[in-house]
Amino acid sequence: MPLIPTMTRPTLLGESAPEHDYQWSLNFGPQHPATHTTLRIVLKLDGEIVREAIPDIGYLHSGFEKIGEHLDYNQYVTVTDRMNYISPLANNVAWHCAVEKLLGLELPKRAQYIRTIICELARISDHLLCNGAVALDTGAFTTFLYAFYQREVLYDIFETLCGARFTTSYTRVGGLMYDITPLVIEKIRTFVKTFPKTIDDVERMLNHNRIFVERSKGIGVLTKAEALSRSCTGPVARASGVARDLRKDEPYLAYKDFDFKVCCATAGDCFARYLVRQAELRESLKIISQALENLPAGPYSVNIGERTALPDKKQVYQTIEGLISHFELSMSNRGFEVPNEEVYSAIEAPNGELGFYIVGDGSDTAYRARCRPPSFIHFATFPHLIQGHTLSDVVAVLGSLNIIAAELDR
Amino acid sequence: MTDKATLDALEALLGKLTVSEFRGETRVVVPRDQLFQVLELLKTKRSFDLLIDVTCVDYLGYRDAVDRFGLVHQLANSVTNERIALRTFVNEPDLNIPSAVPLWQGANWLERECFDMFGIEFTGHPDLRRILLPEEFTAHPLRKDYPLQGRGERHNFPVLSRDRG
Amino acid sequence: MALEVPENVVVSKLDELASWCRKNSLWPMPFATACCGIELMATGASKHDIARFGAEVFRFSPRQCDLMIVAGRVAMKMLPVLQRIWQQMNEPKWCISMGACASTGGVFDTYCVVQGIDRFIPVDMYIPGCPPRPEQLIQGIIDLQDKIQKGGTINGDEFNVASRQLRPRPLLELPVVTPPPAKQMGLRV
Repeated sequence: MPLIPTMTRPTLLGESAPEHDYQWSLNFGPQHPATHTTLRIVLKLDGEIVREAIPDIGYLHSGFEKIGEHLDYNQYVTVTDRMNYISPLANNVAWHCAVEKLLGLELPKRAQYIRTIICELARISDHLLCNGAVALDTGAFTTFLYAFYQREVLYDIFETLCGARFTTSYTRVGGLMYDITPLVIEKIRTFVKTFPKTIDDVERMLNHNRIFVERSKGIGVLTKAEALSRSCTGPVARASGVARDLRKDEPYLAYKDFDFKVCCATAGDCFARYLVRQAELRESLKIISQALENLPAGPYSVNIGERTALPDKKQVYQTIEGLISHFELSMSNRGFEVPNEEVYSAIEAPNGELGFYIVGDGSDTAYRARCRPPSFIHFATFPHLIQGHTLSDVVAVLGSLNIIAAELDR
Repeated sequence: MTDKATLDALEALLGKLTVSEFRGETRVVVPRDQLFQVLELLKTKRSFDLLIDVTCVDYLGYRDAVDRFGLVHQLANSVTNERIALRTFVNEPDLNIPSAVPLWQGANWLERECFDMFGIEFTGHPDLRRILLPEEFTAHPLRKDYPLQGRGERHNFPVLSRDRG
Repeated sequence: MALEVPENVVVSKLDELASWCRKNSLWPMPFATACCGIELMATGASKHDIARFGAEVFRFSPRQCDLMIVAGRVAMKMLPVLQRIWQQMNEPKWCISMGACASTGGVFDTYCVVQGIDRFIPVDMYIPGCPPRPEQLIQGIIDLQDKIQKGGTINGDEFNVASRQLRPRPLLELPVVTPPPAKQMGLRV
């Protein structure tokens, strides 16, 4: 029984026949090793040169925004993990920063510092994978293994921190799940000491490697005006000269206490994006070591009077306020009080500006939880970037944009 | 986080301004037929060069809601870091909104997603079709009257068994 | 009392040899869609090495693989692609459904996620977890190897070992059977 999957019929090629009969179409994806997970591009090729690229997405659409309307503010963090699953801690922090902005909560200093540290660790994890995948796709398999080895070290840190390798769900409304333990701090310190060697190794392998440089220099050039017009943010925009980094421009959490640089480049090609990500790895290490040195003591969640975070067990068993607060938060028909308002809050995720637009309606479930996904917006620039390049450049450009399909499709 | 000069310019264009502020954000309600002029003014005169997001909220069943769909445009200025949110309200059956694609290319896919999820039609959009869901899908899932588990579309496929697959 | 020798000793041994070869060189076709895909990649990387178990290369062409690992949620738009790839794989083939989303839909009970690929594809091994640790995936592959060894090929047609279709019983329980006359069995006498 022949199966004709109707939904993969190329209905988007348009009605016009190709003007030249040597033009042909190639279907790239959705199951392809170089499309990092499921996205599909229909390429119209003239020999090897790409004349037109038509992206077709939605192969991983899972209804994240609809789920947000049925899950609690604390339950939804598990779903945000699965958006950009390369740096889930950053998504957790972004979601809870948005919820706390809606509720008007001010986090204690320790919670802010810890959230900053985990955001930067997530950034390192993401950039390692992105550069590793670009290297893998252009043929440098060793770099990919080096990057993955360091990511395993990071997974070990995340597992000691909260029990899961990468679907962490570590933050809660008003703070964190648990406090950070001295063992974790020790592991992060060791990581900070040993990681620069890997960055140096990768740069030694790739920066002057003729194959890598020729496959990425001058490929996929995004000018500054184009980057702004196409709403690009993050390393993709910074590599084109847009000097915008939310950590410096609209400081959130504890970023104003730290000294770090914003990495930009002007070329706007794949090589520039790779260099920006490598430079950001070093800046992240600086931030983490400064945060660890100055980690303040104190509570890791807001005051129990705010009635948003679960209090410490000691308070629950020994004070009446703790007991009442715990009871009220755990019972499902009493939650925290959310104003009937809408708010947008963004952080500088490793991929770009990750924002959440939350509409609260007084109950403990969001009325609308919209995620502004950087991958979605960057993938829209792909047809423009690949114009006139060859088929082998498709892979390099796609890798340098760091498209994560789960964030793309939500 | 919006400069007074921007609000004055908007007031000059729109007349009376419905502005609200919450947690440091400024939201301006813009009537649908003046939306494109407002966007153009903000882009050209006040240099809001980044369109951050275009999204929609379905207010069916929301307390004190008057209109059903509210469109939100988030804009930012990459130089001065000013932000503003524009809200436009539409109702069924006339769900046409002027498209922002002539001003910002980034609006292309964002508006397609609004169309896909809510059914809002953008006049002036070069290629308005579904983006995340298959072309054959008929409903608009993020509307409040569409159930979370769907209406059976997700299991409407042939089954392959071991001996005939 | 004569001990019954099971029929077709040579053929059943050959079948075991074939199963042994197959189970120890399962080449996976990674159908990695989401987060489980990253754990699949991590299992293939150097710390937990899946190549130790014979899954040497991740061939991305379905024609060259015999094990499809569906790692991650399968959306409604992706399911026809999954089915097409399953059909393109050659027999013998097996399928591992890795993770909660592939097995049952996982966290995503929504309008667009298929609630378990076993509704549409025959699945041999389910690995729970969200995402399953690499060690769980490796355990799943080991269990699948046991299943392949015990079960032989898909329906045992190749070596026609009829005894494999019956429930295995201890040898002593087998009744002593007098074979019917040769003529009745259709043999040339």
